Amino acid sequence: MNAPKIKIDRLAKVFGEDERRTTALQDFTLSVGEGEFVCVVGPSGCGKTTMLRIVAGLEKSSSGSLAIAPGADKGRPQNAMVFQEQGLFPWMTVIDNVAYGLEMRGIGKRERQERAEPFLEMIGLTRFRNHYPQQLSGGMRQRVSIARAFVADPEILLMDEPFAALDAQNKLIMQDELLRIWEGTHKTVLFITHAVDEAIALGDRIVVMTAQPGRIKAIVPVDQFPRPRKAVELRGDPRFGALQLEIWRMLEDEVRTQRLQAKS
Amino acid sequence: MKQVNKERALTILSPLAVLAVWQLASNMGLVNQRYVPSPVTIAEAGWSLAVSGELGRHIAASLRRLFLGFALGAVPGMAIGIVMGLNRWVRAIVDPLVAALYPIPKIAILPLLMLAFGLGDGSKVAVVAMSVLFLTIINTSVGVMEIDRIYFDVARNYGTPWHRLFGRVILPGALPSIFAGLRISLGVSLVVLVGAEFVNSTSRSGIGYLIWTSWETLVVEKMFVGIIVITILGVVTTFLLREVERRLVPWRYD
Repeated sequence: MNAPKIKIDRLAKVFGEDERRTTALQDFTLSVGEGEFVCVVGPSGCGKTTMLRIVAGLEKSSSGSLAIAPGADKGRPQNAMVFQEQGLFPWMTVIDNVAYGLEMRGIGKRERQERAEPFLEMIGLTRFRNHYPQQLSGGMRQRVSIARAFVADPEILLMDEPFAALDAQNKLIMQDELLRIWEGTHKTVLFITHAVDEAIALGDRIVVMTAQPGRIKAIVPVDQFPRPRKAVELRGDPRFGALQLEIWRMLEDEVRTQRLQAKS
Repeated sequence: MKQVNKERALTILSPLAVLAVWQLASNMGLVNQRYVPSPVTIAEAGWSLAVSGELGRHIAASLRRLFLGFALGAVPGMAIGIVMGLNRWVRAIVDPLVAALYPIPKIAILPLLMLAFGLGDGSKVAVVAMSVLFLTIINTSVGVMEIDRIYFDVARNYGTPWHRLFGRVILPGALPSIFAGLRISLGVSLVVLVGAEFVNSTSRSGIGYLIWTSWETLVVEKMFVGIIVITILGVVTTFLLREVERRLVPWRYD
């Protein structure tokens, strides 16, 4: 592994004051290599989204440090995030949404469209370039969100459960599409999910988190499946099931602890 | 005939039928012509008012007051509403003032406005502006406050500078609510304007003035002309506002 692209050191986040104080994230240390695809799984409310929002610069950490290695191109944004859902601007057409990052960097309309067009084609929505988001299905909308992040051409990509709201079939299709687009760019990705199978299909490594306060329980490498991968075919591999079971066992304890916490 | 064409024919025929029945009833002496003139009498009165240029003068006067008052209320209303929606301190300061002033029926302060702005167009424009101002402030600030937080996150994540944030997120996010406010404002404006023209007749112009003087001189058919014209003005201005909205808020219509 080269010098880490993302270096997170003992990151912590505390919300509220006094008796209401809750530690959402504790002692989170992780290095992500250039071009690496890292998935983070954990029970809901384990602080994984908080961690991602801190990396994205949308929230401040309470302590710890975060460094993202700068690339050669200074004009590039440091990161771009794909949000859970409803992250598209309803008042902008598909093409305007996709080219939003470029627009904010002051790139002219023609060049914006020229750079956005190949990604529209990649997600198969060229025909819908002048549609508004609410005229699209949920799966199409998430495709547009992903294209928007890739078009912005950031140093790192952050994804916060982008497929959580989709049905099972669409989820699989979207995983394949994401892998296909990613193969073309090999961006460094930090991908949050609560679905273990999704994490295995996509990630080079999987970070398993504990229930609140969120800490790293284990980091599992997924090196048994060579790339380029096919999200659907992987699931037929017996090693896929074995790994899924292994990670699920780790998570199971955490989900139980969390339910106990919720009761008390 | 096709179903659609049948429906269309009926929508045109039904008001015509009402007019025909009205005319027949008048001819047969079933309604008192002194209070309810026949459609033909009204049309004749309207025609002569139009030909003499009097009607045009009244319409122009009313439209001028309506547009001026509307603009003078809506533009500052939007500006105040946006700042209120974005800043909780401004909201804390302005909210009680709006809450206290909004429920005052604006026609009630017409005499006060006449003292301040005189008996001419000034006070009429001012009373319309006052009615529009508070409705616009309220709808705009609510519109801004209800913009989903996620859009601000996305904007921040993609490095949106402040001046672009306004044009790309805040304004379009609040526009549907702003237009809802403008539509209500337009209706209220017409009511208030006609009221002001009833009472404050020194400028001798406006549709409200036409209706009121016709009542005072008991020229009932002219009164009806005024009522019909103000109704048409309401329908046309509402339609125009709709068209503007369709242009500016296309994502709600496509």
